[in-house]
Amino acid sequence: MNSSISSTITQVSPPTSSAPRQLTVALAGNPNAGKTSLFNALTGMRQKVANYPGVTVERKEGCWTLSPELPGARLIDLPGLYSLDAASLDEQIARDVLVGGVEDVARPDVIVVAVDATNLERNLYLVTQLLEYGRPVIIALTMIDLTEKMGVAIDAEKLSVGLGVPVIPVVAKQKRGIDKLSSAVIKAANSEGPGCSFRLSKEVEQEIEALAALDSGDREAAARDLFTDHLPSETTRRNAVKAARERLAEINPHWWQEPMIARYKWIERVVEDALDKKGEAKLSSATNRIDAVITHKILGPVILVAVMLLVFQTIFSWSRVPMDLIDHGFASLGGLIRAHMAPGLLVDLLVDGVIAGVGGVMVFLPQILLLFLFISILEDSGYMARAAVIMDRLMRGVGLHGKAFMPLLSSFACAIPGIMSTRTIENPKDRLATIMIAPFMSCSARLPVYTLMIAAFFSTQKVFGFLSVGALIIMGMYLLGISVAIVVAFILKRTILKAPPPPFVMELPPYRVPGLVNVGHTMLTRAGLFVKRAGTVIMAISILLWALAAFPRSGQTTSADADPSQGANESAERIQHSYAGQIGRLIEPAIKPLGFDWKIGIGLISSFAARETLVSTLSIVYNVGPSESKEASTSLIAAVRDAKRPDGTPAWTPLVALSLMVFFVLACQCMSTVAVVRRETNSWRWPLFMIGYMLVLAYLGSLITYQGGHLLGFG
Amino acid sequence: MNNSDPSIKTSSLDSIPFDVETRVVRVGGTGAIARRLMEMGVVPGAPIKVVRTAPLGDPIVVSIRNYFLALRQGEAKMITVAASA
Repeated sequence: MNSSISSTITQVSPPTSSAPRQLTVALAGNPNAGKTSLFNALTGMRQKVANYPGVTVERKEGCWTLSPELPGARLIDLPGLYSLDAASLDEQIARDVLVGGVEDVARPDVIVVAVDATNLERNLYLVTQLLEYGRPVIIALTMIDLTEKMGVAIDAEKLSVGLGVPVIPVVAKQKRGIDKLSSAVIKAANSEGPGCSFRLSKEVEQEIEALAALDSGDREAAARDLFTDHLPSETTRRNAVKAARERLAEINPHWWQEPMIARYKWIERVVEDALDKKGEAKLSSATNRIDAVITHKILGPVILVAVMLLVFQTIFSWSRVPMDLIDHGFASLGGLIRAHMAPGLLVDLLVDGVIAGVGGVMVFLPQILLLFLFISILEDSGYMARAAVIMDRLMRGVGLHGKAFMPLLSSFACAIPGIMSTRTIENPKDRLATIMIAPFMSCSARLPVYTLMIAAFFSTQKVFGFLSVGALIIMGMYLLGISVAIVVAFILKRTILKAPPPPFVMELPPYRVPGLVNVGHTMLTRAGLFVKRAGTVIMAISILLWALAAFPRSGQTTSADADPSQGANESAERIQHSYAGQIGRLIEPAIKPLGFDWKIGIGLISSFAARETLVSTLSIVYNVGPSESKEASTSLIAAVRDAKRPDGTPAWTPLVALSLMVFFVLACQCMSTVAVVRRETNSWRWPLFMIGYMLVLAYLGSLITYQGGHLLGFG
Repeated sequence: MNNSDPSIKTSSLDSIPFDVETRVVRVGGTGAIARRLMEMGVVPGAPIKVVRTAPLGDPIVVSIRNYFLALRQGEAKMITVAASA
């Protein structure tokens, strides 16, 4: 490089402070830099999660008590970033926050950057970019407990002098350095940022100067226009920038790499002074040794399969006890209400509509908690990135990015966070293809359906003495979803979403023991979101469905004055004539080839709102809301087994159950997913396409299962 | 460019055996991929070595600036390296 590189840093002393006001602090940092732990330590549990207006980038903020005398600062958690230059949505949002361009978020008074002490150079790259925003920057040096343990000496003082900003070593889980960080923020709040600029080659500097002279004379703005991916929208400036780029490209095709090289040169000098490099290699040697096993040619895939098996088997065995407890709790609650209230419409609504509906969904909370426990442990430990590396070659075979593995794996818990996390995939067509197949991953909302079917028809058998047939069938359903997803992705990537294979450049973070607080926090947040949904959408649907099944009331029968056995008959009678029964019978001809009668049809219709409502709907259809003594699910299982068609043959057989499960694997039955896809793709075209093609696949899949099974002599 | 001294033997990163210390000479290619590589620290002058490959031979894992970075053979081809002095 023939560029003379130098940096200019000027510290402006803070002006005298005025009356205390609420400070806005932005928290930035690389992924895996300990930003989440720091955010949790600074805000405790006082945080809220929302979305930035109009986009689905998650916006997390909390209240940070800087000192008892001051109002708590508003701490805005920026997305984890390596850089601010690229055009990804996360980086765009981060830039908007930093310049105060986001609705109801003030321009940050201070930027706190979490910098991983074990990986200084790459982490400081983001710092060199943040310095340009002219706000005071404070570095929270994380992971210093690790560098201390390895005997790597980092001189925070020298680092601070070199960078021109305060550097505060912190250990979030021990709350070390938090007070110092608070006072540094208070001190810096009313000052200007040190700024930072890099002198580039003569030719580039000339172009920047010329561009700056065109309007405000702002060098930084001109440099940003010249070097970012996109062109400015205003025509004169657009043409000027374009012409400048062309001139520079003639002199040196790599001219645009200059700022990145200059930044790293500067970082290398600063780090050289502050860090004793002798012990540095030790930091990554443990990770290297673990990777030799985890990504081993043979052991790697074996471990990956074992991990997935462990996750699935655990979800179905460990969650039994708490599930039964919740189930029992709701059943007792229903019984209690029946015992203490006058019989009538209101009691029916409460017990059969509200409690049966919500209880039927809350029962699956333990499974969701367990799944998110696994996902957050795999993510925080660093294993998830290795899984992406192992899977990339296969994913690429169908035209997807290894990074799609993580959103798809998350979709096993719920497609919604999975689809939202596809924004880490830079290429829009890859992202779209990933979104389109995410709902094939068997999400936790399908578990209630699988569990009910298996409990009713495939319960007790075991293979090899320890693997239950149920677990194998569920594994089969997961594999079916995955296989169909692969085929669909393969077709999409060769037709409407055709694009060259995407790049794969991904950090493999060091292995770390996941922090209990972070894991617990993730579990609770996700479970909270699920409960909120169960409490609102699903309850509303439960009530609506109860009403559909309960009206029009024929008048002479009420469930109160009948004895239990007679009551069941009468209510079955009643549901035939209800609105739900009418709708169910209306679609019966269409679903008959799949093995479903009109009662299952009612369940199918309701499940298009959310899959798990099938269970509560069946409870209502078979009139087995929580009763006094028996557990609801036990009675539902019995009702499903005993259900008869008008001709006296059983309505359900193992083959019908299998056919229904296949339908649930393939159909897009989730209003929330549709809404998220609409928001992520910014059009109705893709979500409608998704509902349509998945419905066709589900119908075909179910048809093949049922009719094929018949031909083979089952059911 | 002062990096193109003909006396130094250069090759692309995908053809370097495991655990051989090299230095980045040039990051080729255009736009987004090269930018992302350089932001991650793969800039001329930086020491880099190939550590291992994924079970199916691709992507490869490199060690750079004291951390591990996974990239595909295709991206590795764009990175020109020379043996460390």
